[in-house]
Amino acid sequence: MFGQSILSLVIWVPILAGVAVLATGSDRNAGLARWVALAGALLGLIVAVPLVSGFDTATSAMQFVEKTAWIPAFNIHYHLGVDGISMPLILLNSFITVLVVIAGWKVIQDKVAQYMAAFLIMSGLINGVFASLDGILFYVFFEGMLIPLYLIVGVWGGPNRVYAAFKFFLYTLLGSLLMLVSMIYLYFQSGGSFDIQTWHTTTLGMTAQTLMFFAFLLAFGVKVPMWPVHTWLPDAHVEAPTGGSVVLAAITLKVGAYGFLRFILPILPDASHEYAWFVIMLSLIAVAYIGLVALAQSDMKKLIAYSSIAHMGFVTLGIFMFSPLGVEGGLVQMISHGFVSAALFLCIGVMYDRLHSRQIKDYGGLVNKMPVFAAFFMLFAMANAGLPATSGFVGEFMVIMAATKVNFWFAFVAATTLIFGAAYTLWMYKRVVFGSITNPKVEDMSDVNPREILLLGALAICVLGMGLYPKPFTDVMHVSVVDLLAHVAQSKLP
Amino acid sequence: MSTLSMNLAQFVPALPEIFVLVMVSLILIIDAAVDDSKRYLSYVLSLLTLAGAAFLTARDLSSMPVLTLGGLFIDDPLSDVLKLFLYLTVAVVLVYSRDYLRERGLYKGEFFVLALFALLGMMVMVSASHFLSLYLGLELLSLSLYAMVALQRDSSVATEAAMKYFVLGALASGMLLYGMSMVYGVTGSLALGDMAIALQDGTDMRIPLVFGVVFIVAGLAFKLGAVPFHMWVPDVYHGAPTAVTLFIGSAPKIAAFAFVVRILGQGLESQVVEWRDMLVILAVLSMAVGNIAAIAQTNLKRMLAYSTISHMGFMLLGILAGSQNGYGSAMFYVLVYALMSLGSFGMILLLSRAGFEADKLDDFKGLNQRSPWLAFLMLLLMFSMAGVPPTVGFYAKLAVLQAVMEIGYVWLAVAAVMLSLVGAFYYLRIVKLMYFDTPHDTTPITTSPDTRIIMSANGLAVLALGILPQPLMAVCMFAIGASF
Repeated sequence: MFGQSILSLVIWVPILAGVAVLATGSDRNAGLARWVALAGALLGLIVAVPLVSGFDTATSAMQFVEKTAWIPAFNIHYHLGVDGISMPLILLNSFITVLVVIAGWKVIQDKVAQYMAAFLIMSGLINGVFASLDGILFYVFFEGMLIPLYLIVGVWGGPNRVYAAFKFFLYTLLGSLLMLVSMIYLYFQSGGSFDIQTWHTTTLGMTAQTLMFFAFLLAFGVKVPMWPVHTWLPDAHVEAPTGGSVVLAAITLKVGAYGFLRFILPILPDASHEYAWFVIMLSLIAVAYIGLVALAQSDMKKLIAYSSIAHMGFVTLGIFMFSPLGVEGGLVQMISHGFVSAALFLCIGVMYDRLHSRQIKDYGGLVNKMPVFAAFFMLFAMANAGLPATSGFVGEFMVIMAATKVNFWFAFVAATTLIFGAAYTLWMYKRVVFGSITNPKVEDMSDVNPREILLLGALAICVLGMGLYPKPFTDVMHVSVVDLLAHVAQSKLP
Repeated sequence: MSTLSMNLAQFVPALPEIFVLVMVSLILIIDAAVDDSKRYLSYVLSLLTLAGAAFLTARDLSSMPVLTLGGLFIDDPLSDVLKLFLYLTVAVVLVYSRDYLRERGLYKGEFFVLALFALLGMMVMVSASHFLSLYLGLELLSLSLYAMVALQRDSSVATEAAMKYFVLGALASGMLLYGMSMVYGVTGSLALGDMAIALQDGTDMRIPLVFGVVFIVAGLAFKLGAVPFHMWVPDVYHGAPTAVTLFIGSAPKIAAFAFVVRILGQGLESQVVEWRDMLVILAVLSMAVGNIAAIAQTNLKRMLAYSTISHMGFMLLGILAGSQNGYGSAMFYVLVYALMSLGSFGMILLLSRAGFEADKLDDFKGLNQRSPWLAFLMLLLMFSMAGVPPTVGFYAKLAVLQAVMEIGYVWLAVAAVMLSLVGAFYYLRIVKLMYFDTPHDTTPITTSPDTRIIMSANGLAVLALGILPQPLMAVCMFAIGASF
């Protein structure tokens, strides 16, 4: 019955579930709100399953396409579809949403319904971002997701949440507004179409391409975030509640990188080649310099936030290698980082719920009190450091290989992440988990409960599974990536 | 006999105006006869008047322009659509204002009579096709508004605001008349249609014509509240009773749009190169000054006044495009703006009570804890004002931006979005106050059910039109397309 509208379901089920959660009202019905939210999140994941089972890996064409006129006055369509690049991201998002709902189960006691609803609605909007094939539809989802995220950071965040929420919102709005102007320009250049696939074939002069390249770069670079427009991320991460950090790191950062693949490369191929060096430089700075910055952090969340920036530098680096290996490596890294960063923020959340501190110095000797937790944390720390057999290794290795083919020094600088990543992650791990207990409060900490084991266990399976056998992931994206790169290799100059 | 029926027939297109005039006179008489306990009669009669006028307008919707009354009056799709929105806006204003007026002893016939006279003025402005009728409508509107601002006789702030409004308004009218007389001198006609024909092939009296256009644009800018002719806006919005601010901030903007489009778009269409550059300056300055000055405000009415200035700048972007697409976009923008303005000033009215105005920014602190529903509606309104999707404010901005880019003014679009980024800050601040802060005032919010329902409809309309903007967009494009 719904066979023709799977993508609509993937978008609207979480949003409507969010509205249903809101309808449960005040905190007196908090229990009900939690169960409705969980049901909605699970349903959102279930309706996304047909995307995998019915996906044809042999074609790069858009699948599960839906198209109806939406605003005929401006030729705007409700046009949805996924390819091998966007489908895994939708699945990742639907999966993470379930985890986030469970993660907030006990921790959030204030305005529960609004908290859960914000996450569900945002999940639907993000699915919309990945599934949109119309520029304005994309923009609506892309901007709309800022509203729930603004509220999540601002309402349930830490002491400096207001500053972080404003900084985050205005930063991202700055980027997207210039993108909007570019989109309107493309509308006129393509003879009155907001269709992204039509834009892919629109011829554009070099000046226009250059200007739009930087407009889009700002829009997506802020989201990724790339150095030097990354400064909102540590603030937002530190102040956001655990669930907020998980979604920020695991999902919203991917929106930026996705934009590179859907907009910048195929629409502006000549400018992309011309200014690839610029993006590569920024990516390498992110990898090396931000890695060093992470080393100096005393706040665990901030450390992981900087580590996210460094890892996303790998993604943009891989994309601008213009080889299937590099782009696929970037995509694998995106998904892997989705799992690993989500897991690490959940780990920090587990500790924070017990000790109410994110400072590394307040911990130490955790392994004595929380052995199971320490084992999980170990796995995720290793994955973050890029240890082989974890998902973190696959993407980084692919990108470094791709970089070696282009230029040895790119690969050399990128490879430093294996050292810095290991250094900051493992050093943090050592200080937090090993050693003797110096803080008396650590004595009272209890090990992870079944709910937390469920969360961390699910992510551990993903991290190991993807690390040991990444082929299903690369199979899904391979044809789309090859086709994209073939398209990017052709000049669009008039 | 046949000449008589001929003469009567030409009044038919103006039936809504005649009906409103008759009803206002009736209300004036009835209101003088009833005491305060039966004052609701005037209220109900006013709403009935609006419903009747809406019926009369909707009964014969014209699909093409009909010029009547010796070329003074035009009945076209543009005027029909705008009039229907005017009735709706004024009706919502009356509903929102009722409790506020009653608590302040302003629940008098004068308010209703003046509001309806102002409406009549706006209807004439919307339907005028002649400098005389345009001016007549404008003055009827303006004089009613001056009196409404001063309705609270013992408030010195309100009186000062009314005085300021009157003096500057009269100055603007003078400039407008001066400009009109120069254009008349060049073209020899006061009717917009004849004027357009006379100017089509150019004229050898360029200098008087350009001077005339300059004066007309300056007068229009005064009435719109565009920078640098905006000085009256914050003071009037702040000083007037909130119910009157609500009125001034909503319906007259729709009429002003029609006024500007009729004069510039229909009468002086051929002079687009002259007035476009002036509008560019007005638009950029309005967006800049409006958005930046709004940040510094602590009074919500004043903040919204500056926000109005910036929104008028945005609306001008559509008009300066000088194309049907542009006028349609500007019309969409102004209707959306009226909707948002109704909602946000209406919220101030809803939260106010006897002896408490709720017009400070801090009065919105922690609204989410006091009333999650009202906070949510205000959230929608604020994000819509900021132009964030999926609210309708985004499509309004999108429409005018694409109109500007169609004529190749990319830099103007970039400037506009950058200034709207500045604007986003102060709208976000309201959301911050409502959601992130704790209330310092925990008095329960009491609202009558009908205002609550209208407010909910108003707030949700911003979201619903954001998800499905096509119907309103199509109406605007049709009205402009069929009238030009």
